[in-house]
Amino acid sequence: MASYIIRRIIYAFIIIILVSLAVFLLVRMLPGDPIEMIVAQNTLADFGPEYYEQLEREYGLDRPVPVQYADWFIKVLRGDFGKSILHNYDIGKDMRSRLTVTLMLGLTAFVISFIAGPLLGIISAIRRGKMIDGVVTVLANVGITAPTFWVGILLIFLFGVKLGILPLYGYTLPWKDFGLSIRQSIMPVFVIALGPIASSARQTRSSVIEVLGEDYIRTAWAKGLKEKAVIFRHVLKNSMMPVVTLQGTMLRLIVGGSVIVETVFVIPGLGKMMVDAMLSNDYPVIQAATLVMTFVVVISSLVVDLLYGWIDPRIQYE
Amino acid sequence: MTDTRDAADRLFHPAEVEVLDEELLPPVNEFKRFVKVFFKRKIVLVGFVLVVIILLVAALADVIAPFSPYEQDLYNVLAAPGGAHLLGTDALGRDLFSRIIHGTRVALAVGVSTVLVSAAIGTLIGLIAGYAEGALQTVVMRLTDAMMAIPSLILQIIIANVLKSGVPGVVLAVAITLFPGYIRLINGQVLSLKQNDYVLAARSMGAAKARIVLEHILPNCLSPLIVQMTMMMGVAIMAEAGLSFLGLGILPPTAAWGSMAYDGYRYLMMRPLLSLAPGFAIMILVFSFNMVGDGLRDALDPKLRGSLG
Repeated sequence: MASYIIRRIIYAFIIIILVSLAVFLLVRMLPGDPIEMIVAQNTLADFGPEYYEQLEREYGLDRPVPVQYADWFIKVLRGDFGKSILHNYDIGKDMRSRLTVTLMLGLTAFVISFIAGPLLGIISAIRRGKMIDGVVTVLANVGITAPTFWVGILLIFLFGVKLGILPLYGYTLPWKDFGLSIRQSIMPVFVIALGPIASSARQTRSSVIEVLGEDYIRTAWAKGLKEKAVIFRHVLKNSMMPVVTLQGTMLRLIVGGSVIVETVFVIPGLGKMMVDAMLSNDYPVIQAATLVMTFVVVISSLVVDLLYGWIDPRIQYE
Repeated sequence: MTDTRDAADRLFHPAEVEVLDEELLPPVNEFKRFVKVFFKRKIVLVGFVLVVIILLVAALADVIAPFSPYEQDLYNVLAAPGGAHLLGTDALGRDLFSRIIHGTRVALAVGVSTVLVSAAIGTLIGLIAGYAEGALQTVVMRLTDAMMAIPSLILQIIIANVLKSGVPGVVLAVAITLFPGYIRLINGQVLSLKQNDYVLAARSMGAAKARIVLEHILPNCLSPLIVQMTMMMGVAIMAEAGLSFLGLGILPPTAAWGSMAYDGYRYLMMRPLLSLAPGFAIMILVFSFNMVGDGLRDALDPKLRGSLG
């Protein structure tokens, strides 16, 4: 067990290093470079090629790429993510507040989808063929097929523009203004959670239906157990495994969803930071944002994986 | 049928003929069975009809669309829906309805090419890894796991941004995040198919590895492969729309639904259809392909065979 955990942690770090290396190399292949953008921004002053070279030296972009990577990685381990080339702010500091925002929204969405998805799936499986099953199935299909940004825009249009009951955009941290924070979170959290809720509900439904057909369930009914006991003690225990396994995938869905949701709702999170940096070729910001996002996903997948063993003792760690 | 019966009567004892009769039952018509199971669920039929309509719309876009998707009517900027412009016009006076019709082509082109590229790469690697086993398989599968652990949107954003070439760039970016799924699927298939007697038979007759893989294993992987490809159509189209919405995919003026929705988002208060209609089109398209995929899975999955038909 201990050796399995250690192996998985080493493996997780290899993934993180590989991704950061790939991002580092890919970013340097981007057409156009940030130094040119700085020069272009300051068209009033007349800059010669010397200035360009000086800027390149300043940001360390004149050195060979492997040296740049090693240097960057060592600094990151010390918590220094460097400075934005375009706007000259300290990335680490800025990222801390953005990560808080993204985690607040993402974790809330994850918890909600982890509860609501299986719950809807169980209800619709037990009441199979009834109206509630039909409603859940339709909603699950909408949740899976509707593009995230479309659901977001639709909600903003309905609840923000038409009904005027929820703020259109923005985000406030709960400890700054709790009421506003809740009101601003409702739509983004719902949009992020919708896809995962839909997938979990579908997976749970088919898994529960499968278990309901097992012999031991018939035995449980036959020996006169109450419905509650059959459902909770026998059906749920045996049908939740595939649903829990799915949660690792849900985390990736949530990260992807929050990138789009942060753009739709203009939320100053990590995803918005990455997209903005991507649009302006701000190398250090792209590297920092992707590294942190990959880190969050890989580590939380690891935690989910290790939890399986706790939920299902049959799992043997080789 | 009667000829065989006569011949059997002459050759065998009546009791034996009865047994023979059972064996001589006409073979199940695979195609008929497929059609029957496929259309069993009404929702699949709806999806199938929608896919056909979508394909027709894409093929006949020039005939159906009343305007060119790029034609600017600058006297009619942000026109309200109704009249000559069914769904109104965008900020550049282009007819929204015509742009959505033409967007079908872009979405289908991206979906089909992404699915083909990722399936081709994934199947090839999956076949090789599955048949080679040993160290090669371990390395390939570990790398596949690693690729699947990366949030796909991050990878897509970076690659699409590096390639910056519109449709081909987006296709490649999305395909790179989808092919590991095929490797896993095919690798698993190969591992179980290899246990079959016919593979052992082919091997003992001295068939070359490549021949066994191509002639015996690949054809048996086709059913799950087709199901996976249909399911991935929707995923690919959604991914493209997301990238285009972020301004990192297919850029204007090309009529891609995702970038249309983003452009229209600015005018949400005044003309909500500009951003809501393209998104709805994406939903219909993804829904149709998912339903067809569901039907195909019911009809092609050997594990379900007979249970629904």
